[in-house]
Amino acid sequence: MAVMNNVEAVRATLHDALATDDRTLILGEDVGNRGNVFLITKDFINEFGPERIIDTPIAEASIVGIAVGMAMEGLRPIAEIQFADFIYPAFNQIVGEAAKTRYRSNGEYTCPLVIRTPYGGGVRGALSHSVSIEALFYHVPGLKIVAPAFPADVKGLLNTAIDDPDPVLFLEHKKTYRLIKGEVPEGHYTIPLGKANVLKEGSQLTVVSYGLYVHWALEAAQMLNDDGLSVEVIDLRSIRPMDRGTILASVRKTRKLLIVHEDNKFGGIGAEISAMVAEEALFDLDAPIRRHCAPDVPAMGYALPLEEEYLSSPAKMADAMREMVRF
Amino acid sequence: MPSSHTTPSTFDRAGLSGEQLVAMLRTMLMQRTLESRGFQLNRQGKIPFASASEGHEAVQAGAAMAFVAGSDILVPYYRDLGLDLGIGLSPYEVLLSLFARAADQSAGRQFPHHYASKRLGLHTISSVIAAQLPHAVGAAYALAYRKESGRAVLVTFGDGATSEGEWHESLNFSAVHRLPIVFLCENNEWAISTPLDRQMGQPDLWRRAAGYGMPGIVVNGMDPVACYVAVRDALDRARSGGGASLIEAKCYRFLSHTTDDDDRTYRSPQEVAQRRKDDPVPRFEESLVAAGILTSAELASLKATILAETNEATDRAEAMAYPKSEEITTNVYAGSHEPWR
Repeated sequence: MAVMNNVEAVRATLHDALATDDRTLILGEDVGNRGNVFLITKDFINEFGPERIIDTPIAEASIVGIAVGMAMEGLRPIAEIQFADFIYPAFNQIVGEAAKTRYRSNGEYTCPLVIRTPYGGGVRGALSHSVSIEALFYHVPGLKIVAPAFPADVKGLLNTAIDDPDPVLFLEHKKTYRLIKGEVPEGHYTIPLGKANVLKEGSQLTVVSYGLYVHWALEAAQMLNDDGLSVEVIDLRSIRPMDRGTILASVRKTRKLLIVHEDNKFGGIGAEISAMVAEEALFDLDAPIRRHCAPDVPAMGYALPLEEEYLSSPAKMADAMREMVRF
Repeated sequence: MPSSHTTPSTFDRAGLSGEQLVAMLRTMLMQRTLESRGFQLNRQGKIPFASASEGHEAVQAGAAMAFVAGSDILVPYYRDLGLDLGIGLSPYEVLLSLFARAADQSAGRQFPHHYASKRLGLHTISSVIAAQLPHAVGAAYALAYRKESGRAVLVTFGDGATSEGEWHESLNFSAVHRLPIVFLCENNEWAISTPLDRQMGQPDLWRRAAGYGMPGIVVNGMDPVACYVAVRDALDRARSGGGASLIEAKCYRFLSHTTDDDDRTYRSPQEVAQRRKDDPVPRFEESLVAAGILTSAELASLKATILAETNEATDRAEAMAYPKSEEITTNVYAGSHEPWR
């Protein structure tokens, strides 16, 4: 097993996909000559050629729209939106076109497409280089959404996304890109979408999260562990489809649920998880469900205090967890 | 602007056989008959909606004649009934779509005239204006990438689409990569209720092509043979590595936008009556009869056949069942649909 960070895991997986299937292409802004702004596709253009590593004009709607047309005609495009904050011009192509291709044609045409994009904050990215977009898209049937936190999951889930016969939005938390390292198994493997991972077992509280916050939640849970409190931490990994069974089994054991995410609270992923648990397991709960999420503001500001106030932290999460355990 | 509808002696067939010319007229007549049928069925309360393409028959029949079904790829818009018929869609399929029956290709999901057929090379579309253009560009990229020379993409849209950002993005990308694609604008002068002079400062859309570095062609959209020639030449250029073209076919929309629209609220009946003088259907009938390609009796017989086919297709489609309600969740994804696992 090799130790990689998340950037290296994305890069290695994309490289393998390009090397093994010539239907695979990458298109996006600065993916060729520059090799992506995080150097994920560095030198790919030399190895695979400009026909497969396409530096597009700055035009997000058509980056996705052209990829939709390629997918409908039998290619396996991987479209990159340089920052998730720039995905809004492509909203119709993702929601109105890619997600509806199979349904509206009753299977005559399909859209096997991966849209990769770095999201999330904590990097002083300000209003337009730090947003979380998952809640804007997880409402949409026809789409799948993945948000891995660990290098090994990046590889397994990206392989699954590339093989998937339907459009997949693949979210990469940019603060984890070089911060998070881990062992990555050799060779080709896949991890099914819709399968959460219980990272730490516990008995007094279930914490559900994804992305960067998974790492902070683990830190926070360890702090509680040092105080003799037992918290279970679940990494969703996949947001649509989502793993009901793992969440319910955990909640029925711990009888308390805290959802932690970087995105805004109102209408966020936590709302759906809360509703599902309330529908399925209300009488198994010993405390109200809580959501520890971002304040209801448009995005995190550039100034450090604004960013810090927007974001949680292991310490803030630990406080939220203690409150729940003591309830 | 060139016109082939002067006198029989100057009628330019552009190398088309009599059979092909009659086939074009047949497509035009079928389009008009089916469209009238859609409006009739709506007014009878039998179908919820129909849309209009009267005035677009010539450009669509001409483009369809230049298109090679099964080889080229058509990415149309929703006002392309004649083009869909011209490349091989049947009247029965049109009626199934209008009636939203289970046997409709989309199983009653799509709005009328949003067809999809891999067999015909006909892409699935939404109703979102210009959203299909990037798909056409991606399809053209796929052809170029796989070095499938001899194939090209024809993408169509109205004047309204040319205001969308994706219109610009699509022409621009196609020019950068010299893709095998033809952009065909059916300029009917109206974006529902908004006239051309409220849509753009310069009404000759074909001139925009120069800004992208591709040929721009303008053609009389009421002349099916001229439209055939323009689309044929552009498709040939695309198929042989010559890159993208923009064609503007100047036509007109004679009816309201759809059965839910009333064009008397934004344009005068006098304007429409004036433009009816350019109606391509009777003019093409007259041209073919005058040129001796078709006798008056044969024309009458053709019209009777088309009406009979339309009636038969109407009855047959109406008798078919609606889609079953439990099929609502099929084909959301490959395999079963369940957001929770």
